[in-house]
Amino acid sequence: MAKWMSVAQVKEKIKESSAEEVTAQYLDTIGKSKVNGYITVSEKALEQAKKIDVEGHNGPLAGVPIAIKDNISVVGLPNSCGSKILEDYIPPFNAYVIEKLLAAGAVILGKTNMDEFAMGSSTETSYFGPTANPWDLERVPGGSSGGSAAVVAAGEAPFALGSDTGGSVRCPAAFCGVVGLKPTYGAVSRYGVVAYANSLEQVGPLANNVTDIAVLMDVIAGYDRKDSTSIDSKTEYQKALIEDVKGLKIGVPKEFFGEGIHPDVEKAVWNAIHKCEDLGASWEEVSMPHIKYALASYYIIAMSEASSNLARFDGTRYGYRASGENWHAMVSKTRAEGFGTEVKRRILLGTYALSAGYHDKYYLKALKVRTLVKQDFDKALSKVDVLMAPTMPNPAFKIGEKIEDPLTLYLSDVNTCPINLAGVPSLSVPCGFTDGLPIGLQIMGKPFDEPAVLRAAYTFEQNTDYHTKRPPEVA
Amino acid sequence: MITKEDVEHIGWLARIDISEQETVEHMEKLNSVLGYFGQLDELPTEDVAPTYHVAEIHNVFRDDVVEECLPQEVVLENTEHKQDGAFRVPKIG
Repeated sequence: MAKWMSVAQVKEKIKESSAEEVTAQYLDTIGKSKVNGYITVSEKALEQAKKIDVEGHNGPLAGVPIAIKDNISVVGLPNSCGSKILEDYIPPFNAYVIEKLLAAGAVILGKTNMDEFAMGSSTETSYFGPTANPWDLERVPGGSSGGSAAVVAAGEAPFALGSDTGGSVRCPAAFCGVVGLKPTYGAVSRYGVVAYANSLEQVGPLANNVTDIAVLMDVIAGYDRKDSTSIDSKTEYQKALIEDVKGLKIGVPKEFFGEGIHPDVEKAVWNAIHKCEDLGASWEEVSMPHIKYALASYYIIAMSEASSNLARFDGTRYGYRASGENWHAMVSKTRAEGFGTEVKRRILLGTYALSAGYHDKYYLKALKVRTLVKQDFDKALSKVDVLMAPTMPNPAFKIGEKIEDPLTLYLSDVNTCPINLAGVPSLSVPCGFTDGLPIGLQIMGKPFDEPAVLRAAYTFEQNTDYHTKRPPEVA
Repeated sequence: MITKEDVEHIGWLARIDISEQETVEHMEKLNSVLGYFGQLDELPTEDVAPTYHVAEIHNVFRDDVVEECLPQEVVLENTEHKQDGAFRVPKIG
């Protein structure tokens, strides 16, 4: 059995042999892994696959294995969020996206490593140690869904779910040379996903190719009454996989090619834009003057929401509990010992930004800047069908290189976080290499116009061979 | 600029114990990040409305009827600290 298979190939293999055999093969690859991509490997995966073999299943993913980020609730599997405070927490209910996957016949291989509570861009803040980038084991896979991207790149799962609050699907997709989509805000239910910054985040798929992204979206997207921000867009994702960009208008926002961008990244992205032009698309430069303020706005909003969301972790009902002589002492000690440094830093900053006397200066200001950033997107996307830019300004950095300086790490989200402020869809697709490290092209679209984004990505992919390259480290 | 006292105060608000040494470390890192946030001051926003979230939906309600919820024993499964069907915690205060 080939190590890297598309979902169609996996389904073919299941027909030839069995779901159990395919799952066993993936579990075998995981067992020999060098990347530390999984926090938990499911002991029930083989059983689940066997059940599909025995009982039969006519779902679109019957017997197809998938990896799930460890902040998405799966009954019976720990949902640690990469944190000590939830190390032993086992959810009593499934996230809505998991219900949809199980109904489609998917087999859950396990839960993947992540930055603690999805706060980071390198998967280094995980309580369970860093994940390695399959292309260079001394480098980070990106984050916060680094585990999900790394296991897909390493052939330890055909595809995976991540979550994206400020780039946490697209950043690791770019660093690991896979495809990752942050859907339009509201397209995918957040029920059962541990909240970090709920006005920004979405669950998103990661896969080796654009087709499998669409396959997964057709399963997980859709209205969920348990999520009050869920929207029924009725989008059909696989129908968008058309190899044709004739007449497609591409906008190139110069603000995404700012200071500090790696020259090879800039070159690879422009080559991709010119490739689309050769295939019949046209491009024009667009201006988005407020993008330079997006990062500060994003971090203030994300940290403010996080300080409120993470208040629930108090040692009372689940997770780690420290001892204390009274309620206040117990809670304060639990949170001091249970959260890692970066999580505490963001809770403190968020608390400060919302506190008396500073609310207007920081939080309200950030929300107003968010309006301006969203207007930039509205305006740019009123003239063109999609925007194209680098996903990350640089390729994957070394483990330990940026972890000591939070601001340096935050700055790496400069091209991904504006998208979350505006809530538009955005996909990262491999578009080149520099020194053996993958580069990602970011394609953004209008709200609920994933079809335009997928069509552009699919056409680019079908006419290039970047998605066929595999990391030598784990081959 | 955040002071040592500020860090202690927000630590108390956020219910996170912070040691003396951590206070100093947090103060340095928080000030570097807040310094960066300061760039927003140069942008005039008096006439701009805030965007709390981008979905065009308002007041999502459901009918006020009791629905099935998690059974008590399931809710208590994730803690050792329980008594008579309730969570047991240290005294308040």
